Amino acid sequence: MTATLTVSSNAAHTHNWRLGFRQTVAMSKRSVLALVRQPALVVPSMIFPLFFAALGTSSFGRAINLPGFPKVDSFLDFSLAGTIVQGVLFGSVQSGSALATDIENGFFYRLMAAPSSRLGILVGRLAGAAAYGAFQTLFFSLLLLPFGMSIKGGPLGVLVMVISGGLIAIAISGFMAAAALKTGSSEAVQGIFPLVFIMLFFSSAFFPRQTMSGAYKHIADFNPISHLIEGMRDICIDGLSSGAIARAILVPIAIMIVSFTVALRALAQRTAAQ
Amino acid sequence: MSTSFSSEFAGTTMRSASALSTRALRNTRRLPSTFLPTLAMPIFQSIAFAGTFFAITKVPGFPTDRSINWYMPLAVCMGSAFGGVGLGFSAIKDIENGFFDRLRMAPTPRRALIIGPLISCWVRTLVVVTVVLLVSIGFGARLTSGFVGLATLYISALGLSTVAAGWGLGIAFRFRDMRGAAIMQLTLFLTLFLSSAQTPLNMMTGWLHTVARYNPATNILRLSRQGFLGDVTWDGVWGGLVALVGLSVLTLWFARRGLDLLDR
Repeated sequence: MTATLTVSSNAAHTHNWRLGFRQTVAMSKRSVLALVRQPALVVPSMIFPLFFAALGTSSFGRAINLPGFPKVDSFLDFSLAGTIVQGVLFGSVQSGSALATDIENGFFYRLMAAPSSRLGILVGRLAGAAAYGAFQTLFFSLLLLPFGMSIKGGPLGVLVMVISGGLIAIAISGFMAAAALKTGSSEAVQGIFPLVFIMLFFSSAFFPRQTMSGAYKHIADFNPISHLIEGMRDICIDGLSSGAIARAILVPIAIMIVSFTVALRALAQRTAAQ
Repeated sequence: MSTSFSSEFAGTTMRSASALSTRALRNTRRLPSTFLPTLAMPIFQSIAFAGTFFAITKVPGFPTDRSINWYMPLAVCMGSAFGGVGLGFSAIKDIENGFFDRLRMAPTPRRALIIGPLISCWVRTLVVVTVVLLVSIGFGARLTSGFVGLATLYISALGLSTVAAGWGLGIAFRFRDMRGAAIMQLTLFLTLFLSSAQTPLNMMTGWLHTVARYNPATNILRLSRQGFLGDVTWDGVWGGLVALVGLSVLTLWFARRGLDLLDR
């Protein structure tokens, strides 16, 4: 009898796990479809990084010969990683804002009332952001290739960068989701955008840290965005190495763990407040 | 009689414009959240650009060894321009909540509906320029040509805010809802960045050099930087003045025509 109960309990556990997984996949699909069906939401996060890359390449092309500047064939090689992270950051704000909109229009509470996985709501949203981040990475990499950019890491390097792009998207979207769950206001999440913008400018997104000095250099040294960018940049300008791969993958994972924990706590608080 | 009529008309215009500018300035005081981003963004831009792109001053041909001397006037111009298009946002809000209809029904000259907000925009621009300048001096910006150089910065900021205000109001009167806001901001952003915003013309390569060379914003930025890159010269001034006067006339006419269209 005990054996029967154990078997049936295990079966129920597996069934719940499968159900939760299916719900999470459905939520991920929903968040990706929302981006596909409303291109106006994604266009800024695709166009602006490309605009800045084009602008930077024409404006700062001569800076690549400066002492301290990494050895690159063109400024575009240097700026690819910054362009990707910029796009992923903008996309992540959008992802957080979409979750807040779900809270504002009551969809989130309908999910809460339904017998669906609580975790699936969050993981589904983050998985959607990861898919978009990975797509952005591939899109920017392929689009800039005909304009004289080269990726020293080759196709395998692009694959690592795509994975890194997806992980960065989860890492940043986690914080945005936490803000959305905490405030329940898409306006508040959009209000974080200037902060993201400031962090981006005080990082090595546009210029290498080696060429900075004083307080700016210290801020850029401690800014996690610098480290998110530099792993990817190493693959692009130096090629694949175990150090570069570890940096491109492990730094986003470390930030992802922190942001996911913060988002989970915010989800628990919102669920408890129900 | 004709003279007294026109002077009375001008008097009415100025009285109405003054009341409208007072209203706009009171709104700024009562709702500082509407003005603070206009002030904070140029401060941030001045500091962040100067720090991030500091190394660019070491490239041969760069006109100054202080990056903030190059980027602060850009930040001032951006702040003034975005402050100018802010009038477009206010106009859209007034149109949407019906207040603008009441203004149009009032026996005031139409031009007062443009001049009034424009005066308030100039006052805000003066505040933005002064604050950004003082903060930037704290971060190492230095005048290289005294009072005349300072005057060129203020002239370009006021001129650019006028151009942007005319553009913003013109778009607001035509679109009449927030769809116009994106157009106002995006066009301004692109115009300013596709110029000598980040580096001087002689350092640019490729397509940007061609675009920036013909972009009037390059002349305006050159004017604004006169006091921070050496001596003020007529060569560096006249192009900016012509661009500011020409664009101001065009955009204010665009706004006035938009106001007429609103009446139809």
